[in-house]
Amino acid sequence: MTLLKVENLDFGYGRRRVGSGIGFDLAGGDVMCLLGPNGSGKTTLFKTLLGLLPCQGGRIVLDDEPVALWSRRRFARAMAYVPQTSPNSFSFSALQTVVMGRSAHIDLFSRPTTHDFAMAKGAMRALGIEALGSRPVPELSGGERQLVMIARALAQEPRILVMDEPTANLDFGNRVKVLGQIRKLADQGIAVILSTHDPDHAFQIANQVALLHEGRQVACGAPASVITAESLRLVYGIDVSIVAVSGKATQHWVCLPDSRLSSVQESL
Amino acid sequence: MTSEPMSAAVPEKTAALPLIISAVLLVVVVVASFRMGRFPVTSHDVFAVVWAKISGGTASVEPVVQAVILNVRLPRVIAGILVGGALSVAGATYQGMFRNPLVSPDILGVSAGAGVGAVLGIFLGWSVLAIQGAAFLTGLAAVAGVYGLAMTMRHQERTLVLVLTGVAVATLLEAALSVMQLLADPYTQLPTITYWLMGSLNAASPEDVMVAGPAILLGLIPLWILRWRMNLLCLGDEEAQALGIQTTVFRAIFIVSATLMTAAAVAISGAHGWRGLGWVGLIIPHIARLLVGPDFTRLLPISLMLGAAFIVAMDSLARSMGVTEIPLGILTSVVGVPFFLWLLTSMRRVW
Repeated sequence: MTLLKVENLDFGYGRRRVGSGIGFDLAGGDVMCLLGPNGSGKTTLFKTLLGLLPCQGGRIVLDDEPVALWSRRRFARAMAYVPQTSPNSFSFSALQTVVMGRSAHIDLFSRPTTHDFAMAKGAMRALGIEALGSRPVPELSGGERQLVMIARALAQEPRILVMDEPTANLDFGNRVKVLGQIRKLADQGIAVILSTHDPDHAFQIANQVALLHEGRQVACGAPASVITAESLRLVYGIDVSIVAVSGKATQHWVCLPDSRLSSVQESL
Repeated sequence: MTSEPMSAAVPEKTAALPLIISAVLLVVVVVASFRMGRFPVTSHDVFAVVWAKISGGTASVEPVVQAVILNVRLPRVIAGILVGGALSVAGATYQGMFRNPLVSPDILGVSAGAGVGAVLGIFLGWSVLAIQGAAFLTGLAAVAGVYGLAMTMRHQERTLVLVLTGVAVATLLEAALSVMQLLADPYTQLPTITYWLMGSLNAASPEDVMVAGPAILLGLIPLWILRWRMNLLCLGDEEAQALGIQTTVFRAIFIVSATLMTAAAVAISGAHGWRGLGWVGLIIPHIARLLVGPDFTRLLPISLMLGAAFIVAMDSLARSMGVTEIPLGILTSVVGVPFFLWLLTSMRRVW
């Protein structure tokens, strides 16, 4: 069943148009990967989806209802945002940070209750970071901080998660872990929209890919149909081969740049 | 990733100790403050008179001592509590909201605006109460002007624009202040103006307390009720909005509340900028944050009590240290700055 419908969306800042004609459907359990080079409008599109910027045209429909007139509170119960973490933040503890995700469920004049703290801890447990509870967020590693932000979004009990480059600035191990968690959340029925710079991530966890180029949606559909040598050449201006690789337990498509990057290439 | 039990992270429990320490400190400072000054007063006298006042009975204390306690020292102590508490809470609010540790309560031009009103009042030979009223109103007007001006600027970086507008307008008001100081009579008006700008509680009267008290309380109530929501504004606009918060509304409520408190405090104390008492609003929130972290539900009461205790203590010293009274603003800087610098060197984190 369709959860989120984005219809012919135009977006931008004030009078400046950044992109137009975006359209896709999302159901629970879908993972949609937004690909596009720097400056293609990914972040602006996210801000528009989240209602942080007004739509310049088209509409966003959630549960068969246009969201334009929804209150922030109601909207926040349906859609949560995992921003790229900024390193210079207040020294809130991880648990205090996660419990902030409950704000859309807490009465205006109240503070979080035992139930809210239980929900926050549950979200942390689901991501395996309950031990971080009392640690100040700025002292956490990049990967831990990213998981705290995801936990905060989960505490919001959303049906849709919007994640802005969740794997940016993460080391290889944390990247794999975070991607694994995203896949797990989707398997539990949450719809996920994420942006990434790595088309391989789309092959790994997404069942839908939207390719953005200069504010326009070049293609949208299953990863294998969208991520092709032609589309990547158009969008990124480089030649790649899409090849299948097999590991011990998994098999993936990966994008391999055709240009020779180094003169000391090891022969296979 | 490990299954070790979670360490004590539920805020309510760990908050108790700093809260108790601050409360005890405030009580001790207040009682000591009643005793300090020219006229000797014992702790017993203080308790007896205050208890008699509360219970409606009579205290077996000399009338002169009663008069000193109730009419001279009580207004001053209450004024100290009000000014210190208000500036610290406003400082904590502004610092959180603007996500900037350098912010003090006068960032949006309150004290520069109040200064203009007060100095104009002195210039025109008004009464003390009229001067304070003028300071209060021009302080509020300055912030209203800054806020209105910033709102007309369509800009992405709203908070930054607001702060920059505040700094710009405050600079303009400072210039006006300087002009008035230049024009003032150097023998009669100038000393009064200078003294006012240094900050002092020596003019604190029961009337001041009656006027400033309600204004400060009125500002404190929304901050207290919404104290948990304040944390969300520390995240920045977009994150807070995505969490379901109407940031524009909340920011306006917090600015109005903090400004009301600051304007009332500045009006009765002359706390002007970083030079004088305003400094309290910068350092006390840092000390409080060091004790309990950035959670505003804990930061608010601690800031309130520490700020109150600090000003009452400094005011006691100011009136008992020398032959003439030392301006409070000078003392808060001389005592507060070394302490704050020492804190900075021993602190692990500033936030």
